[in-house]
Amino acid sequence: MTTLTAPRIVLSRLEYADSFTLTRYLATGGYEALRKALMMFPEAVASEVDQASLLGRGGAGFPAGRKWSMLRKSPISYLVVNGDESEPATFKDHLLLERDPHQLVEGVIIAAYALQVSSVFIYVRGEFALGLERLQQAVNDAYEFGALGSKILDSDFSIDVVVHPGAGAYICGEETALIESLEGKRGFPRIKPPFFPAVAGLYGEPTVVNNVETMSNLPWIITNGGAAFAALGGGRSTGTRLFALAGRVNNPGVFEIEMVKNTFRDLIYDPQLGGGVIDGKKIRAIIPGGVSAPWFGPELLDLPLGQDEVAEKGSMLGSGSIVVMDETTCVVRAAWRITKFFARESCGQCTPCREGSGWIERAMYRVEHGGGRMEDVDLLLDLCDNIAPGLTWPPQQTTICVLGPSIPSSVHSAIQMFRDDFVEHVTNGGCPHD
Amino acid sequence: MSHFRIDIRQRAEEVLALYPRPRSAMLPLLHLAQEQDGYVSDEGIAEVAELTLTTPADVRGTALFYDMFHLEPVGRFVVAVCTNIACLLAGGDELLEHASTSLGCPVGATSSDGLFTLEESECLADCDFAPCVQVNHRYVRTTTPGALDAVFAQLRAGKLDHDIPPHGTLIRVRRAGGLHAPRADVSAERLAASEARQDRTPKEPKS
Repeated sequence: MTTLTAPRIVLSRLEYADSFTLTRYLATGGYEALRKALMMFPEAVASEVDQASLLGRGGAGFPAGRKWSMLRKSPISYLVVNGDESEPATFKDHLLLERDPHQLVEGVIIAAYALQVSSVFIYVRGEFALGLERLQQAVNDAYEFGALGSKILDSDFSIDVVVHPGAGAYICGEETALIESLEGKRGFPRIKPPFFPAVAGLYGEPTVVNNVETMSNLPWIITNGGAAFAALGGGRSTGTRLFALAGRVNNPGVFEIEMVKNTFRDLIYDPQLGGGVIDGKKIRAIIPGGVSAPWFGPELLDLPLGQDEVAEKGSMLGSGSIVVMDETTCVVRAAWRITKFFARESCGQCTPCREGSGWIERAMYRVEHGGGRMEDVDLLLDLCDNIAPGLTWPPQQTTICVLGPSIPSSVHSAIQMFRDDFVEHVTNGGCPHD
Repeated sequence: MSHFRIDIRQRAEEVLALYPRPRSAMLPLLHLAQEQDGYVSDEGIAEVAELTLTTPADVRGTALFYDMFHLEPVGRFVVAVCTNIACLLAGGDELLEHASTSLGCPVGATSSDGLFTLEESECLADCDFAPCVQVNHRYVRTTTPGALDAVFAQLRAGKLDHDIPPHGTLIRVRRAGGLHAPRADVSAERLAASEARQDRTPKEPKS
């Protein structure tokens, strides 16, 4: 049974055509949470977020409060907001940037106040031209309104926010690559340790990097209290979350639903959500959390949409994007296309990722397009194993960042679940669907 | 002698003032260079190098990393058709092929009238309108071959100029004003405020 009783936390203004304007934002309670936060001690603001146990919404799912407390040990330099949403089939931050940029700005100011940071950069994916314009307008309006700038809203707190455009590179969503990019360099992820930019981030100074959706939750948390947020959802997965549903469904889109209370099946089939599979076809597989995640078969559709619940079954909720593949889908083609993406986006620093992605893509290409050999199937598994030894989940790390070990997910899943399809492709001399 | 026009140069200097180090302005400045020339020209690279206190080789090497920067001239309209997973499942490959036929140019090339450049794109994060198409990074949200042809016709006729500026123009909303909270001043204030708070916080009794 679908549970849709939870309040809309980040998408509450979606029905307004002018949801992105300051006028609408103020008319719907905008910047009141910030006023409240500014009356509190910064530590108290941080503790509300801690109490909400808000998990980061970017993909890794690290608790935002914990990220902050690591930073509080030393004086803080920068807050960087990650709006470089590029994980294929993920389109939630895009929506938040275009439709509710003030909510993001308010969340950012609250976070900056809690962390006592005065310098904030919001890194927005370059392809979001409209999102960049709306956010820049929101920032301009917030300065004029007095929520940004010197001694905001008659408090002693001063803050500057700079909107920074990216320029088209998936890897810049990785937080250390994003920092490199913000320093004006190629987006090469940095060698770990240090594992967290809280230790050495922008210009080597302590920096916190949070996702757009994570920040957008903060106004509600401050208004309603961390406990109210933590009361929603279940286990470690508190609150609501944006799920981006795409692929072979009747009603693809971004849905805000309470975590854990609903299952993949609810999301895909509920008439108010995904509305079922196109033409009533059967599901062959779903990708539960962005293309970096291993696939699930239809037998796992009743799994709750929670971070730990999905992890226990050997995949991840990741960026919250769910792709549905049905009977009409060629899974070999799907896995090939995902690998082609990784091969294109590998930054090239580490051998397993740079070479592995290209080799897998070529082998997948010939299986899909003709010229595949029967031994290619095991060759593919071997190549996958070279990138992520043992093919476990979470994967073994052989590269600087997690892009590398994400490459085998789709190919490994496709072979495990649909080996017969690969064999059929080889015997047929190419894709039987063409 | 500046290669940037006066207005672009002035915006470039405003952008530079927003960052603690000039090199951080690299990407926004390259976007400005692309806005002026329609692509990232050698002269644009030289000017960005001068402004960011780097070298042209360094700027070129950085620019090449990012898909949005075109180091060769492109059409007035760069058409990007996504074929990644969500669009693949919705016929992205077929739409890309159709666009190629319609525009009379292969993927990655520019049409003979110099107006359109066609690209196969990775996910553009608009998957509820799959297959997703952007022109100069503006979503057109047409998913059928016929509707896409209609968009091409409108673009040719200049009817979408208001919504879709020429390639290179990314953000038409200019930041109003520079920084208000210089870090040095703020740090001193914060330290004093934090110490004042510590004094007011009741101490834990020693056990």
